[in-house]
Amino acid sequence: MQLKINGTVYEADVEDDMPLLWVLRDVIGLKGTKYGCGVAACGACTVMVNGEAVRSCQTLAGDLAGAEITTIEGLGSPEALHAIQAAWVEHQVAQCGYCQSGQMMQAASLLAVTPDPTDAEIDEAMEGNLCRCGTYPRIRAAIHAAAASIQQEG
Amino acid sequence: MGKFGRIARRSFLIGSAAIAGGVAFGYYRYKSPVDNPLLDGLTPGVAALTPYVLIDEAGVTLITPRMDMGQGVYSLQAMLIAEELDIGLDQVRVDPGSPSPAYYNTALSHEAVPFDPRDTSMVAETMRGVADAAMKFMGMQITGGSTTTPDGYEKLRIAGAVARETLKAAAAKRTGVAVADLKTEGGAVVLPDGTRLDYTTLAGEAAEVEPVTEVTLRDQSEWRLIGKEVRRIDIVAKSTGTQVYSIDLEPEGVVHAAVRLNPRRSGAPSSYDAGAAEAMRGVEKILPVTGGLAVLADNTWRAFQAADGIEVEWPAAAYPAEMEGHWDLLSAGFTAENVDATPREAGDVDAALAGEGVVKAEYRAPYLAHAPMEPVSATVLVGEGRADVWTATQIPRFTQANVAKVLGLADEAVHVHVQMAGGSFGHRLEDDAVRIAAEIANQMKGRPVKLTLKREEDMATDYPRQIAMARAEGAVADGKVVAFDLGIAMPSVIASQLGRQGISVPGPDTQITAGAGDQPFAIPDYRVTGFRVAGLAPVSSWRSVGASTNAFFHDCFLDELIHAAGADPLAERIRLMDDPEGVKVLETVGEMCGWGAELPAGTGRGIGFCRSFGVPVAEVVEVRQTEAEVRIETVWIAAGVGRVIDPVNFANLAAGGAIFGLSHAMSAEVTYSDGMAEQTNFDAYEGMRMPQAPAIEVKAVEGLGRVRGIGEPPVPPAAAALANAIFAATGRRIRELPLSKSVDFA
Repeated sequence: MQLKINGTVYEADVEDDMPLLWVLRDVIGLKGTKYGCGVAACGACTVMVNGEAVRSCQTLAGDLAGAEITTIEGLGSPEALHAIQAAWVEHQVAQCGYCQSGQMMQAASLLAVTPDPTDAEIDEAMEGNLCRCGTYPRIRAAIHAAAASIQQEG
Repeated sequence: MGKFGRIARRSFLIGSAAIAGGVAFGYYRYKSPVDNPLLDGLTPGVAALTPYVLIDEAGVTLITPRMDMGQGVYSLQAMLIAEELDIGLDQVRVDPGSPSPAYYNTALSHEAVPFDPRDTSMVAETMRGVADAAMKFMGMQITGGSTTTPDGYEKLRIAGAVARETLKAAAAKRTGVAVADLKTEGGAVVLPDGTRLDYTTLAGEAAEVEPVTEVTLRDQSEWRLIGKEVRRIDIVAKSTGTQVYSIDLEPEGVVHAAVRLNPRRSGAPSSYDAGAAEAMRGVEKILPVTGGLAVLADNTWRAFQAADGIEVEWPAAAYPAEMEGHWDLLSAGFTAENVDATPREAGDVDAALAGEGVVKAEYRAPYLAHAPMEPVSATVLVGEGRADVWTATQIPRFTQANVAKVLGLADEAVHVHVQMAGGSFGHRLEDDAVRIAAEIANQMKGRPVKLTLKREEDMATDYPRQIAMARAEGAVADGKVVAFDLGIAMPSVIASQLGRQGISVPGPDTQITAGAGDQPFAIPDYRVTGFRVAGLAPVSSWRSVGASTNAFFHDCFLDELIHAAGADPLAERIRLMDDPEGVKVLETVGEMCGWGAELPAGTGRGIGFCRSFGVPVAEVVEVRQTEAEVRIETVWIAAGVGRVIDPVNFANLAAGGAIFGLSHAMSAEVTYSDGMAEQTNFDAYEGMRMPQAPAIEVKAVEGLGRVRGIGEPPVPPAAAALANAIFAATGRRIRELPLSKSVDFA
């Protein structure tokens, strides 16, 4: 099957019921999307499909024909940080960092719809993303900072 | 050959050695006791060099041997070295002391013996032999116990200073300029005329000069990095999905493995049927391993699917099948023969508690899972007479020896490449999965095997935090706490954990009473007794170990007595405290939160205090009782760490540690049913989420104690502070964790 990921079309010979997470990691080789639970309970595997955050561990490859898939690698890179990534750097959010790809993709999806979220809107959007290191206060601050920076850029 | 001059400082000696194309600076560790007065006679035969700074034409590499699991110690270790070396953190490469997996098939450097591999001189060979012995001697070298900072604070700066001064000596020799006229800055020696000689260009000559080991560490007024807000070296990688963790490794030709391991820890399956699994797409092989079965497949998901497809039955567990049996063992465990130690015994407790008005309470704390976000993985390649292991481990030396044993190789034939960990909380102090990966790889010689634990496997086979029970009695008089008697019953974490490494530890396990029997309070009649209870599930160190349960018991019961006495929770703790640093920490947290201010109805504040790993930490939690739920609003944290090395990391670990403590106190437990853990994923093992995260303020109390680590100490006071806050807000004294058994959290 063909999958369009970060603007590039990839050919993947996989089962229809193979989760996108494992297609990304083990078949395409995009390792920035993380495996945490496999049951949509932690959000570490969050990517965007057609601009909306989804848990890639529960999104099946066979359902993605024609979809635009965006992973953390498609959001930005160390050389060209997305505003959200720049805010994550500026606020030094990460401790172990393992959940942060999913956190940033969830935040990107939030800001696409809600450019200037309140704390309550952040709470609601981010509730599904678990961080065991306890970086929540900095994630919240970084989302506010990213929102301000995106709005400033206009 | 290796060079070292006179002793730099106390127990360690920094020296240098030539490496291919450059120079290594590191410390020589004595085999003899550190206070041996014969150190002046030290010869190459009794020491091995552990490098901290490697300089060659390619650049400057700082070796940061303590593994990073999110606590930021790669950055912290690099800061300490770079401070004295006069180099920017953006100019160095940081290496945990092992080569990149990209080079897994090339000849690897003898990182513990920084001699050119071609150097077969008597000294080099002797040093290699000694290094092997030293490796065994240093087998206890682990990352844990919040030790990285106190261990490295002087040692790493001295390593940086020796390297700097030796590079200056090399520059002086080359240019004829006196050392006193040379400066160092930004990775270069600077001549009086402004000419810059990069360290990399001086490396070869630096290896030839006698190392300068008489160094003076800089005064803190000159520090560029220590105590300053610097950008963590891994922060860009961790903000872009480009940080490589153990689970991300995929060497060419890798075979993916998944396992079904005995969730009752009772050995091999009693029966199994792998027929359906064998027929699944991508499955190459299914084979027995210690305590279970392994599947080899062409990707992780197919391996997981096939492992799930195996029908398997396991023998009964050696511990009670149901929780009732675990609590019964603890309840019956407060016996004279179970007494492990009585680390605190002041006054005459029995007499003090013989009268009327004695306050009594029983407390409970459950098993907890480590459950770092990154499940355990290990990649092993077994070749001819050599094996390579890539994994995130806190115990690389144990793992090396354990894999060597599995493979029938000498320890030094096993090369462990420590990877960045996506969290640990003590999880990676165990290495069962690495041993199993080695068993599998031994049957797949020449092909790298990557074992990834499915989340459910990771949690089902986790050795949890200890379960524990406490019984307490106390008395008050004239508005004061006057008598305090606490008994704590739990399994021995240390015996369980080190037992799996083949080590038996004689004497008491200090963790049974840690966080309770070692608290800096001067109560007139004061006793803390630890009871070691056998027959429970095997357990392991969980962030803050014994103190994680015991601070809840000790500080909540102290809070009960303070309320019984009618005293103020903050003032009475300060009155009882006999440690100036502890007093300052309590006073500081009181100032931060404005203790004593009138609070709205339904709002309450609780204090939690615990000194663990040498660090006194006081936390105030403010909760609000809504219609049906309790909401954690704000947390104030004060910690006495002597000196803050990395303020960003300090704040992150203090806040994160408190959240970790609160998160588990609120709603987490591991329970056994039918001999198996019932919580094997994050849907059942709950933790704090964004909507529940409180506002947090953190402050360090500096200058009153030694330099200490902050990874664990913020955890123990959190559960106590929360339970004490709920009492203050609602009048309900909850004595069992998780608190969600008794209240609902918003």
